[in-house]
Amino acid sequence: MQEVLFLIPALPLVGFLILSLAGRHLSKQVIAVVGAGVVCIAAIATIWLGINFLQIPPENGAYTVTLWRWMSVANFNCSFSLRVDALSLVFLFVITFVGALIHIYSAGFMKHDRDYARFFASMNLFVCAMLILVMADNLVLMYLGWEGVGLCSYLLIGFWYETTANVQAANKAFYITRIGDTAMAIGLFLLFRELGTLDIPSIQNAAPEHFVKNSSLITSIALLLLAGGMGKSAQVPLQTWLPDAMAGPSPVSALIHAATMVTAGVYLVARMHGVFQLSPFVMNITAIVGAVTLLVAGCSAMVQTDIKRILAYSTISQLGYMFLALGVGAWSAGIFHFFTHAFFKALLFLAAGAVIESLHHEHGIFKMGGLKNKLPVVFYTFLAGAAALAALPLVTAGFFSKDQVLWYAWSAEGGSPLLWLIALAGAFITAFYTTRLMLVVFWGEAKTHVSEAPGRLMTWPLIILALLSVVAGFIEWPHNLLHVTLFSDVVQKVLPPVTEKEPIPSEAIFQLIAVVATLSGVYTGYLLYKKNTSIVAKWKQVPALVGLRNFFFSGWRFDQLYHTLFVRPFVFVTNLNKQDVIDKIYTGIVSMFQWLNGIFSVSQDGSVRTYVISVLIGIIFILALQFIL
Amino acid sequence: MQSYSVLVVAAILFVLGLLGVLTRRNIIFILISIEIMLNAAGVAFVAAGARWGQPDGQVMFLFILAMAASEVSVGLALVMQVYHQHKTLDVSKLNNLKDDIEV
Repeated sequence: MQEVLFLIPALPLVGFLILSLAGRHLSKQVIAVVGAGVVCIAAIATIWLGINFLQIPPENGAYTVTLWRWMSVANFNCSFSLRVDALSLVFLFVITFVGALIHIYSAGFMKHDRDYARFFASMNLFVCAMLILVMADNLVLMYLGWEGVGLCSYLLIGFWYETTANVQAANKAFYITRIGDTAMAIGLFLLFRELGTLDIPSIQNAAPEHFVKNSSLITSIALLLLAGGMGKSAQVPLQTWLPDAMAGPSPVSALIHAATMVTAGVYLVARMHGVFQLSPFVMNITAIVGAVTLLVAGCSAMVQTDIKRILAYSTISQLGYMFLALGVGAWSAGIFHFFTHAFFKALLFLAAGAVIESLHHEHGIFKMGGLKNKLPVVFYTFLAGAAALAALPLVTAGFFSKDQVLWYAWSAEGGSPLLWLIALAGAFITAFYTTRLMLVVFWGEAKTHVSEAPGRLMTWPLIILALLSVVAGFIEWPHNLLHVTLFSDVVQKVLPPVTEKEPIPSEAIFQLIAVVATLSGVYTGYLLYKKNTSIVAKWKQVPALVGLRNFFFSGWRFDQLYHTLFVRPFVFVTNLNKQDVIDKIYTGIVSMFQWLNGIFSVSQDGSVRTYVISVLIGIIFILALQFIL
Repeated sequence: MQSYSVLVVAAILFVLGLLGVLTRRNIIFILISIEIMLNAAGVAFVAAGARWGQPDGQVMFLFILAMAASEVSVGLALVMQVYHQHKTLDVSKLNNLKDDIEV
């Protein structure tokens, strides 16, 4: 079993090598078969691995294999070793399985693109890097995957590089995530200085003995690691890159910027739970960051008009839920929400891609409309995804995971009523903007002509993901309804169980409140965008509301804030230095000597008489000095 | 007392020579004025030698004589060349070595 572990990341790497070296000479069919095929085989291998893992759990809870020694300097040893435990397995499954579906979809979606091979090569490299990230046995190898996915994200956001805006979006994503990555690297250095190792199991074992709980050292390490996660997972204040990252093709948004890469931060925090648990302060920060993010991004999603930007803000908001869950100590709830979110958000992005493609690349939702009957498959699958995002009770996967997060936001050790209230408000907002999106895009009158319905390559992945968006939640039920805890049973082999606060309020009441919030969100959306559209028209006359709408629309003006705080001073300094401020010293010295040269050369007028007089004056001067002194 | 009056004569001679150098335009007169200044210095040496009863002053005067002779020969040769090339002996016109850098 352990011997074939390496195959899972190696297969996409082989695909990448074939496509990048020989892609130019291959036909589109071959490229699609290679590009999607390697990921499909990896998915099958992962499923087989998972079945084995669940049937006969390995003795120490993980499969490990050391491929080779990577580097060895003084007392620092780093090997290229892979390790799969329950947590990695969940991520592995999502990456390869959802990744395979998205690759199949891309084969249809990208069929008219001339850079077919480049697209699949980058996607395969991404899958490889992401797999290394979650399978890494030590943090150095994990960092390799971490940077690898960042690189592929950059390449794929700027995939259509002929448009300047796309390239700028790619640069922005790269720079902003780099801030988090730098913080994370410093955190790793600190960890190594303290513990002398970067192997994940040894860190988990050694950390509780080495560090004093709540000491400033462990707090700074945890904060730095958290900052790394926040950059990758687009948490406030590093969230501004994700909406712009939608410049990439839709399958890229689905795979990288919804299902997998942006959850790397969640993985990092969950993987380093031993470190985070030693600092309750940082756990609180994590929860607060998550709560703030879900509210900020949710509000922005309410007023966007670009279908992909709505989904992007929604992704940020859902990532906020995951961070909130991790922060309050509900580890498995956070991972469970990642698990269900990967299906329905990938589905939503793919369906949105299908809509955009069939409407001549139209992104604005108010230019869509009436697609219910024209694109039935896309409509029903989108409906399933939207219902899961809105967390409609009992029939969607999103309900089961979000309900857990909401419940633990109050009842878990680090939870508080305020966090719960924010999460509840987020649930209302999510339901509202999802309803708005559905109603505007699929109901009403058609505003753009539908060119062609998506082919079978694109619809089958949608159908499979739609099924999963419905049933994926059934593996973990709320405790008071049904005792099914398949997911947390598996994950809690790695992650610590939730410790609940003592006087536990009745869970059923909370579920009822959450359901009411969701349904009222749906109803508000229905009221404003279907039943009585004149209310919105009336609101558009009120300057205060329009101002608020513009504030939300610009993503709480974070871009403008950063522009004023960082870009403008930087441009100012560079403009100053355009004239070479430092060089001014040296050019100043030069011009001083030229000036002196001019003055003294006046004395050299070539007249013998002047020279004699100056000699005479000199002599008189010296003699006068002699007499005076 | 005697050497003092001789020094006064030497000083007068020196100043006469100096004024010649400063006021004359013709190179030949400048050279002659320089000879006068050299001789003033020589008189001063001799006077000083007589004052302390030492031969050094007169030895020094002999040196000055030799130097003046060689200087005049070189100087006159230069004057010949200057006249040959510039057709003038006016020093105020002979300022081609002036630095032409403009500030």
